[in-house]
Amino acid sequence: MARKRAKADATGTPVTTVVVMCLYVAGRAPNSVKAIANLEAICRSHLKDGYKLEVVDVCEHPRRALADGVIVTPSLTKVSPGPTSNVIGNLSDTNSVLAALGLGAGVAA
Amino acid sequence: MTTRKSVTPRLLSKMATGIQGFDEISRGGLPRNRTSLVMGGPGTGKTVFALQALVNAARKCRQPGIFVAFEEGVGEIFANAATFGWALPALAKSTLFFLDARLSPTVVQSGDFELTGMLAILEAKKRELGAGWIVFDGIDVLLALLQNPGAAVREIYRVRNWLMHSNLTAIITAKTDGGTSGPTNYDFMQFMVDCVVRFDRRLEQGVSVRRLEITKYRGSDFAPGEFPLSFGPHGMDVAAPGMAEILPEASAERVPSGFAGLDSMLGGGVFRGSSTLITGAPGTSKTTLAGQFAQSACRRGERTLFVSFDEGGERIQRNLTSVGIHLGPHVKSGLLRLYSGRTDVHNPEEHLIRITSLLQEHRPSCMVIDPLSAIARTGALSSARAIGNRLIYKMRDHRVTAIVTALVDGDDPQAEATELQISTIADTWIHLSYLVRGGERNRALTVVKSRGTRHSNQVRELVLSAAGPALADVYSSGGEVLMGTLRWEKEAEEKAQKRQRHAEFTHKRRELQFSEADITARIAALQLDLDKQRAELALYTPDDEARHVSSDERANELRKMRNEDAAVAIVPGKRRAARTSARSRTNGEKEPRLGP
Repeated sequence: MARKRAKADATGTPVTTVVVMCLYVAGRAPNSVKAIANLEAICRSHLKDGYKLEVVDVCEHPRRALADGVIVTPSLTKVSPGPTSNVIGNLSDTNSVLAALGLGAGVAA
Repeated sequence: MTTRKSVTPRLLSKMATGIQGFDEISRGGLPRNRTSLVMGGPGTGKTVFALQALVNAARKCRQPGIFVAFEEGVGEIFANAATFGWALPALAKSTLFFLDARLSPTVVQSGDFELTGMLAILEAKKRELGAGWIVFDGIDVLLALLQNPGAAVREIYRVRNWLMHSNLTAIITAKTDGGTSGPTNYDFMQFMVDCVVRFDRRLEQGVSVRRLEITKYRGSDFAPGEFPLSFGPHGMDVAAPGMAEILPEASAERVPSGFAGLDSMLGGGVFRGSSTLITGAPGTSKTTLAGQFAQSACRRGERTLFVSFDEGGERIQRNLTSVGIHLGPHVKSGLLRLYSGRTDVHNPEEHLIRITSLLQEHRPSCMVIDPLSAIARTGALSSARAIGNRLIYKMRDHRVTAIVTALVDGDDPQAEATELQISTIADTWIHLSYLVRGGERNRALTVVKSRGTRHSNQVRELVLSAAGPALADVYSSGGEVLMGTLRWEKEAEEKAQKRQRHAEFTHKRRELQFSEADITARIAALQLDLDKQRAELALYTPDDEARHVSSDERANELRKMRNEDAAVAIVPGKRRAARTSARSRTNGEKEPRLGP
């Protein structure tokens, strides 16, 4: 279930850092499915290919979730760059997700 | 799910919480493998209740458990519970699992979420530990983040469904906003769960009173009503009403009260397991009597509990020493336990709970509460009355021989009847009073009642000295009892009278002895006289008669010659003879002379 996407910037856009994220979902639960779709959309439009996303199914890896301090699903953790930040919910509010990922300035444009 | 083959409904199985009193009122604890809701305002004891149930299961039954903390951090929970001595950090390493389910304050919310992930974690942990208990503490904190109420309901049902399938006995705590209604916006939770326990805290005359009530228990009987709870040294205690029926057994054994005088008034002492009420105005030596009772119990080797209100154990010991009662050695040996409570800090229920736990801890056979009336000082009088009654029944349930003192205003023992109303349930009632007469205040003791005993109706004087208290016999004078100096005077007077009587007696006896000696002496003298008389009589033998006659005849002849009348001449002669004989008796040495 865990998918990894990491592509180097081929287009030459000024993305200097790769955003590393981890999305914790609960199987095929409606909000989890929505979260995956929402995040993929955000990444496509705002991060191009400069990101690395790991999707963890908590139902299959509860120990991992426990170790990472996950309580609710879906839950998104930005691992790097900068300080870690967390977003809970189905990520339907794009602005807050971007803000949490440190991409708030890009949204306004 | 396995299908049940048996058609007959099984009795509801319960899990004991180990919380003193709660298991009693819930008739065995919380429903096994079901969900119970614990709700209440802030600071009412919800978390402690849930945690204590978990800890007790882990410690007593070695049953692992899970605690999900939504509100407080695990470190905070450990710190808060540190006073109870549960050793949570050690338990957390072995049988208990604490999940810190707080969301970081920096967390950003974007849209709807579910608790599925958390339940997956808990499921894994439950299997790993083999947990039987689970606590969701403050789940409302997390649910409040869900934007629409429908989502919260959905998540609660999600939790409930998981609980139903996971064979866990669960406690969910939720806040209410002070009122008696259900958890804020989560009324449905009360319908969903199998058992609802409501916690409440309110002020009663300036004293904070915590209470607990079971408002719902599916498939089970429970004690209705609110029950006071308090936090003791080992956690929460709930004041359960105790046994509904009074124990039928009654001991005929007499327990000495410590006063020979009082024991004789009571026909040998108080009954084992009975409760004795001592009432009196301030300073009438209620504590002294109680202390004497405690000391004599300890001397017999009986475990004793001395509960004092508003006065420290040390002070009581010191004060009692002045009247010759020494409790110190018994405290050191562990036979005597002193407990002093402040009535301005705790409410009556808390004292009841503390005393109950002391009864179970120390297991005394004799007990003193001095003064019980102090519990009426704070809180509502009606509740103080109920507490007083409960205490006495509790002591009776534990078969403790108890002396309870109560302060009454004035000298009228009936004043107690309006105060705590314990005189009606006490087995023996002793009233201490002052009798003021002759410029003195003296302590008087009366046995007002004593069940099953032909007790003395006499008022006795209580005399205190460094040698210890004692009961003095009293003198009745003109229908009134004499005490103090009057008694002493009366005693002195009686002694003087006795001395006088003795002197009089001796005097009379001596007089009689003298008289006796006198008579004996006189008898001896008379005897001598008699002997002399006899000796003299012996002289007048018949041989001498002729001589006497001849001389008589000669005298007659002489008279004839002088022509005298014989009859006249003889009489004075005889008289003279009689007179002469009397004179000879006193003189003794002269020979009787007859005739010239």
